[in-house]
Amino acid sequence: MFDKEKWQEIFSSLKNNKMRTTLTVFGVFWGIFMLIIMLGLGMGFKSMIQEGFGDFATNSLLIWPQQTTKAYKGFPRNRRYMFTNEDVQIIKERFPEIEFIAPKLRAFGSEGANNATRGTKTGAFSVEGTFPEYNLIDPSKIISGRFVNNVDIKEYKKVAVIGKYVKDVLFEKDENPIGEYIKINGIYFKVVGVLTKGASNISLGSDKDRSIVIPLTTFQKVYNRGNEVGFCAVTAVKEANIALVQQKINTFLRSRHSIAPDDEQAVGGFNLAKEFKKIFKMITGIGILIWIVGIATLLAGVIGVSNIMLVVVKERTKEIGIQRALGATPFKIMNNIITEAIFLTASSGYVGIVLGVGVIELIKMIANSTGSDNPFFTHAGVNLNVALLALFILVIFGVFAGFIPAKRAISIKPIDALRDE
Amino acid sequence: MYRLFRNNSLYSIINLFMIELKGLHKSYITGNNKLHVLKGLDLIIEQGELVSVMGSSGSGKSTLLNVLGILDSYDEGYYKLNNTLMSNLTEKKAAHYRNNMIGFVFQSFNLISFKNAMENVALPLYYQGVSRKKRNQIALEYLDRMGLKEWADHMPNELSGGQMQRVAIARSMISKPKVILADEPTGALDSTTSLEVMDLFREINSSGITIIIVTHEKDISEKTDRIIYLKDGIIESEFISPRKVSETVGAYRN
Ligand SMILES: Nc1ncnc2c1ncn2[C@@H]1O[C@H](COP(=O)(O)OP(=O)(O)O)[C@@H](O)[C@H]1O
Ligand SMILES: [Mg+2]
Repeated sequence: MFDKEKWQEIFSSLKNNKMRTTLTVFGVFWGIFMLIIMLGLGMGFKSMIQEGFGDFATNSLLIWPQQTTKAYKGFPRNRRYMFTNEDVQIIKERFPEIEFIAPKLRAFGSEGANNATRGTKTGAFSVEGTFPEYNLIDPSKIISGRFVNNVDIKEYKKVAVIGKYVKDVLFEKDENPIGEYIKINGIYFKVVGVLTKGASNISLGSDKDRSIVIPLTTFQKVYNRGNEVGFCAVTAVKEANIALVQQKINTFLRSRHSIAPDDEQAVGGFNLAKEFKKIFKMITGIGILIWIVGIATLLAGVIGVSNIMLVVVKERTKEIGIQRALGATPFKIMNNIITEAIFLTASSGYVGIVLGVGVIELIKMIANSTGSDNPFFTHAGVNLNVALLALFILVIFGVFAGFIPAKRAISIKPIDALRDE
Repeated sequence: MYRLFRNNSLYSIINLFMIELKGLHKSYITGNNKLHVLKGLDLIIEQGELVSVMGSSGSGKSTLLNVLGILDSYDEGYYKLNNTLMSNLTEKKAAHYRNNMIGFVFQSFNLISFKNAMENVALPLYYQGVSRKKRNQIALEYLDRMGLKEWADHMPNELSGGQMQRVAIARSMISKPKVILADEPTGALDSTTSLEVMDLFREINSSGITIIIVTHEKDISEKTDRIIYLKDGIIESEFISPRKVSETVGAYRN
């Protein structure tokens, strides 16, 4: 590869036409530069989306009771029913695919009326009864204290975990709310924790900062809801097909609540895994699009190189004739021209990659130094493999760029090449 | 006289023909026109001969030389180089013969402009895969023989015509070819330099290399041993050059 005669030839033809060389290689440079920038920002975009998901359990499902749409076993259609604690218990025991199931019940301050007070401070918040597992499916960040636990559930404890905003409304700025009491719909609850939204931008139901979470059993008792459950969040173990789990649960619930087996509407459901998949598919699609656009831009640059190599070959016809008269084989001639094309594409492409990565790193640096927490910028980046892949593609393209001119060069008879002026 | 010379030649006894042409035809086809340039040449050149090909412009001298140099193909008859038939060669094979068997010297020198004198001379060895160090060393030796050692790292555009042609001659010799083909090698040189170059060719020839020189200048051809006259694509006549005659006769006298 390191062969002075060859490189001499390459550099002489580049030197003789600096402007032309510059313009030509700019095409390749620009193609790869844009590809790298797009890939870098694409990575940022992906991180942004992924970080948005945060620690939310992606293999999860929400189900809730709706009205029946079919008459069945003597019951009329449009019947309302509720899930029960027993439903939850049995589902949990019956389906090993289920990792967690967290039932929930919710009440709002009716028509925005204040439902929580502490001394003279008062506010209207969403009150939710739930299980400890809920925090594993749709995690909140516990700022201080703790979440609802199993003892709370079992002993119907009147404890509350309050959102950050709730704390700001009901407590003084530097007051520690843990261990203090607040009144919810006239009943005293001891504050055991303060929470805020978790790492995920996805949140089910109401704003976590503006909610008060209490044990589900306590909720059922104080609001007189018997053993009713409003909805359930379910996560399946990693290997399980969540759609299948959903079907099984629905079938089970329909038979338990005397609902027609084909009444699909009676049990409401939302398959989060499906939604996540859609988004991931979109990200993948964007990634593919970036490569297509990038490669096409690159291809335009490479065609430029190929064209210029054709011109170079034409200009060098006589020289090639001389070389062949001196015994250069066609292989040697082709080899030189293809090497030159590879050199042109790879070197200009290399500059494009380096500058592209440089710009991405700069964006990252600026984003970080200005304290931006937008992962689109802070997590933009090009990994080494992608850069190497791009370089590899350039070399392949270089071969293609050189091939046609090289073929042209040796298609001329030596004598005709020598006669060329 | 000619016959006498042939019979006295050692080579003719063991049939060491360097070049053998039989009924060689060559036409150029341009569009619908066919130009019949070589019309059945029979020619034998033995190893170690110094031959010139004369003829008026357009008589087909260069065409003949190009066929001999495997730079161009022919249509009919045959061409044997060193007893090997030169026809239907792959370009790779042709390159091999050009590299190992033939040295070219052109009227316009045809040096590579971005290589210095030494690198130009070394180029044929590059195609043989000789290492850079070794081929440059050999090139220097050849330049030395041409009296151009001090010019080794000069670029062609820094050399005079005579110097360039001597570089080209060194280049034609470096691969130790069997035949050197020179097409009007003195055509671009003044008469003094021309004669110097011809002396060089004579010297090279004395080492046993067969040399064929195309020229239309009489005094150039007279520096060779044998003169072939081409006219309208056929060999009109051929002579032993006067100097060769006197040399040979002189040899008999002694
Ligand atoms: N490549 C070619 N195509 C067509 N005609 C050619 C070509 N080369 C030479 N000729 C013609 O062939 C004839 C012989 O040319 P050439 O061998 O160069 O003559 P010389 O060298 O004796 O002057 C001339 O008429 C010339 O015009
Ligand atoms: Mg001629």
